[in-house]
Amino acid sequence: MDILDMTLCELVAALDGGGVSSTEATAACLNRIKDTQGLNSFITVCEDAATDAARRADERRARGERAPLLGVPVAVKDNIVTDGIRTTCASKFLQNFVPPYDATVVQKLKAAGAVIVGKTNMDEFAMGSTNENSAYGVVKNALDPARVPGGSSGGSANCVAARQAFAALGSDTGGSIRQPAAYCGVVGLKPTYSAVSRYGLIAFASSLDQIGTLTRDCDDALAMLKVLSGKDERDATSACPPAYPDILRGDVRGKTLCIADEFLNTDKLDDGVRAAFEAAVDALQKRGAVIKRASIKSFAAALSVYYVLSGAEASSNLARFDGVKYGMRAEGCDSISDIYVKSRTEFFGAEVKRRIMTGNYVLSSGYYDAYYLKASKIRTVIKKEFYAALDGCDAIISPTAPTVAPKLGEQSDPHKTYLSDMYTVPVNISGLPAVSVPFGAAHGMPVGVQIIGKCFDEGGILDIGKAVMLADREVHNA
Amino acid sequence: MKNTVTTADVRHIAELSKLSFTDAECEEMRAHLQKQVANFEILDSVDISDVPPTAHILQAVNVLRDDVVRPSFANASLLAGAPDKSGDVGEEAYVVPRVVD
Repeated sequence: MDILDMTLCELVAALDGGGVSSTEATAACLNRIKDTQGLNSFITVCEDAATDAARRADERRARGERAPLLGVPVAVKDNIVTDGIRTTCASKFLQNFVPPYDATVVQKLKAAGAVIVGKTNMDEFAMGSTNENSAYGVVKNALDPARVPGGSSGGSANCVAARQAFAALGSDTGGSIRQPAAYCGVVGLKPTYSAVSRYGLIAFASSLDQIGTLTRDCDDALAMLKVLSGKDERDATSACPPAYPDILRGDVRGKTLCIADEFLNTDKLDDGVRAAFEAAVDALQKRGAVIKRASIKSFAAALSVYYVLSGAEASSNLARFDGVKYGMRAEGCDSISDIYVKSRTEFFGAEVKRRIMTGNYVLSSGYYDAYYLKASKIRTVIKKEFYAALDGCDAIISPTAPTVAPKLGEQSDPHKTYLSDMYTVPVNISGLPAVSVPFGAAHGMPVGVQIIGKCFDEGGILDIGKAVMLADREVHNA
Repeated sequence: MKNTVTTADVRHIAELSKLSFTDAECEEMRAHLQKQVANFEILDSVDISDVPPTAHILQAVNVLRDDVVRPSFANASLLAGAPDKSGDVGEEAYVVPRVVD
């Protein structure tokens, strides 16, 4: 078996068995990255550091040491800080920023023995759904280079699909892990808000941001989650999740899955995606799942709630980019105010400016009650309705995105692009965990099924995700 | 609620945001915000009478950590990323144009 065709769990078994070395696996990934450079999945490739780390992992293994990801090549989204490795957030503002510390998740990856092969491309400051908002060029979808990989964790999803790494870290504020996972045909897990520390994640919208994983299957996602999750004293919002299961059975017999009418009663949902989703529902029923219908009336307002809240939080979080402490400063500034305005005007991209402006608009005097406060109240309603729908069932299921991956350049209107997050944003608003798994295809591209669970039930939704993928293999003979 | 976004609004918000726009960019931003605000009208369709706002999804309360001395970053490692850090002020510092005369 070609090393690159292995899942992360298979690679760990092969490394443990001595049939493969980390040096071989890492070299295979680095070669694949070179051979498929045109995809532009990475902003920075850490060839020397990865080769060294792989050699050290092999030495540790030879001494009889074991760790959950010892010697496994992984990638990290470029909004997660890495000690001594440039971290750009895909922005010109941070083109020269070399952080002096590791994010908690990076520390955890290193402690688990993982080898970091590079920093992945993304939409600038994680704002976007196509990866076309990167200052470092667009990412081309590994399955069809004429299409986008989705976003904002487009590079992370794409590098897993292109076999450039065995897993990748992403971040998800409104769907930025799950939507690119759907577009690239991989598994994208957004854990429960607080399950994974955000220390060292460059903040976009702090009450919605969550670090998660892009992997080839659900077992790999569980393996990564076990390494990454847990209370961190440097993130006051982090929590200690209950113990996750040892294995996933992929068994949905007797499980109740809920679909909200509002998910399907919409003309935004592409017919091909609808058909693939319905086929997935059929397949789950055949495997013994019980399907229940419900109503989540606030679903229609979720996208607007998201753009009010995330804009408001972003406009505050991005105030720290001032041209003084780190990152770039514009030339020829003769006052401190000049430094702020010229640096921010020159080094922020167009979409980032749109989000900051929206945020400051909804927070400004006279509009706060009409937008921010109102959206915060509807957030309460959305959360309540999702919790109510989950009461008495095992998970809620929906399409991950209303369409498959669009063609590059096809979505020039940001308002159209925003729609691609309609199924994913309510999950961040509610703080729930969700995973996107591939099932079937439409227009020649993969379709994602989203499984939303109760707080900290990552084990449960990954188990259902595994069943979806088993059914996919059975139905489509994949 | 129906709101009209004016050029003056955009200029005001840009000032708050420490951003500057050309006239053409200002008009583009105005049209964008106008469309956003139109989309936000859907917020009026949800009944929120007697509903408290949610600022944060966790039932979190403020906690104080123990006051323990622990190492912090070395000045040099933080200043290494600064755009201008030279200094005739006697110690390493961020450098900006004179703020107070």
